[in-house]
Amino acid sequence: MQLTQRAKPVDRSPMTFLESLYLWNIIKGMGITLKHMFLKKATIQYPEEKRPFSPVFRGLHVLNRDAEGRENCTACGLCAVACPAEAITMEAAERMPGEEKLYREEKYAAKYEINMLRCIFCGLCEEACPKDAIYLSQTFAPANYARKGFIYGKQELLIPHPIEQPEAYQKALGDRQPSSRNANQPVA
Amino acid sequence: MVIGAVTLWFILEKVILIASIIGLSFFIAMYTTLAERKIAGWMQDRHGPNRAGPFGILQPLADGGKLFFKEEITPVTSNRFLFLLGPALAMIVALVTSTVIPWGAPVLTSTGTIALQVADVDMGILIVFSVVSVGVYGIMIGGWASNNKFSLLAAIRGASQMVSYELPMSLALIAVLFMTGSLKMSEIVSYQMANGWNIIYQPLGFLIFFICALAECNRTPFDLPEAENELNFGYHQEYSSMKLGFYLFAEYINMFVSSAVMATLFLGGYDIPFVNEASWGLEPWLYSLISFSVMMAKVSFLLFVFIWIRWTIPRFRYDQLMNLGWRKLIPLALFNMVLSAAILLWLKS
Repeated sequence: MQLTQRAKPVDRSPMTFLESLYLWNIIKGMGITLKHMFLKKATIQYPEEKRPFSPVFRGLHVLNRDAEGRENCTACGLCAVACPAEAITMEAAERMPGEEKLYREEKYAAKYEINMLRCIFCGLCEEACPKDAIYLSQTFAPANYARKGFIYGKQELLIPHPIEQPEAYQKALGDRQPSSRNANQPVA
Repeated sequence: MVIGAVTLWFILEKVILIASIIGLSFFIAMYTTLAERKIAGWMQDRHGPNRAGPFGILQPLADGGKLFFKEEITPVTSNRFLFLLGPALAMIVALVTSTVIPWGAPVLTSTGTIALQVADVDMGILIVFSVVSVGVYGIMIGGWASNNKFSLLAAIRGASQMVSYELPMSLALIAVLFMTGSLKMSEIVSYQMANGWNIIYQPLGFLIFFICALAECNRTPFDLPEAENELNFGYHQEYSSMKLGFYLFAEYINMFVSSAVMATLFLGGYDIPFVNEASWGLEPWLYSLISFSVMMAKVSFLLFVFIWIRWTIPRFRYDQLMNLGWRKLIPLALFNMVLSAAILLWLKS
């Protein structure tokens, strides 16, 4: 049964004298390599040039802040529940008087850790989050020497402050914006 | 001061010439390594090394520096003297071959002519061949002194390859010598300047010579002595640091010198093609400079072909290599020799 039209019959006839000299085939092969010298290079010169990501690329997580720089996360734990790889752990704490500039709501995550070796970058945490506090950015986790280095805490995950470091904030924000209704909106 | 017929000026001239040719050989060998990697890259749709300096021009220095700083290991069971002699011999032999090659037209000065050739001896081309044969000892001694069965086997393999391909090479050369009637390199060049390049009259001879030169330089498709991936690296397996560097570097110098020999024997040496340069009435030094550049252009082209072939053709199997050498090239070279002799006899009678 023929599955495709691409099958080529194998020619097993003995080589002619000209073929047995190999010279003609060698010249043909050299023509091919010469042609490739002038073709476009496939290389992407990495540090200077970067391969563009797909618009749906899911990279490293970002813990978001609102426009005033307050952390969105309320440590509700929905992301941890949604996570199929069980990569997320957190500890909640209550906001004290005077911390209103740091945290948006009365409860916040004192500890928030994602194990990047467990994470499968599925984005379910982003979908689960009711506060748009977590979303997947367009960078990826850099290499590390120890397993410990892959457990990212708030220090690594938290987005830079939008007022104090606007440039770094925009860079970390990337093209992918949180989509939900209350994204970056101050609480009424 | 005169020592016999040799003046101090003569000695000085030759010393300068030798030094510059050795410097040139090193320089060209260095940059052939870069060219090899660049061309390999281009042929594989890559860029090749381009990080060390603009276009990677500092890459050979970085490579050389790296080799110097590598740990130098001498196997305990090796014969230390011979272990050192191997790479040294390979290097010396590679450099000595360049003595008889005319690099350009002689420079005429008020005190006399300066030949751009270290020694224009009567048996010029024979010196090349005899010295190249000594090159086998570099491989054999290195491989044997390593006291490693793989090195030894690879050395025997390499030596037998070089010995086998010297035969058709010399036979192809004899046909050229029939025509030029001289072993003197300068006369071979002036013959070609007067009568056209030897490659026109000896295309088959050139082809055989070229194939054998590939084998003599241990270049692909005949690079069995250093088949890293399938044959365990070859005779320099136990070598490290700059001793390994010497072997690898000697190979590039060999490539350069054999390109120069081929350019001299078949491509008219420093002859400028398609024009009668003698009628231009150029300043002698300018003419020498131009002829030297023409020679270098021919050598560079042949080096490019060497590299081009390396990145096109896969390696021969060992029995195929021996089969090609003994059962194809030698009869072909003999046929070429007899045919040239018959035609020459017919033309002269």
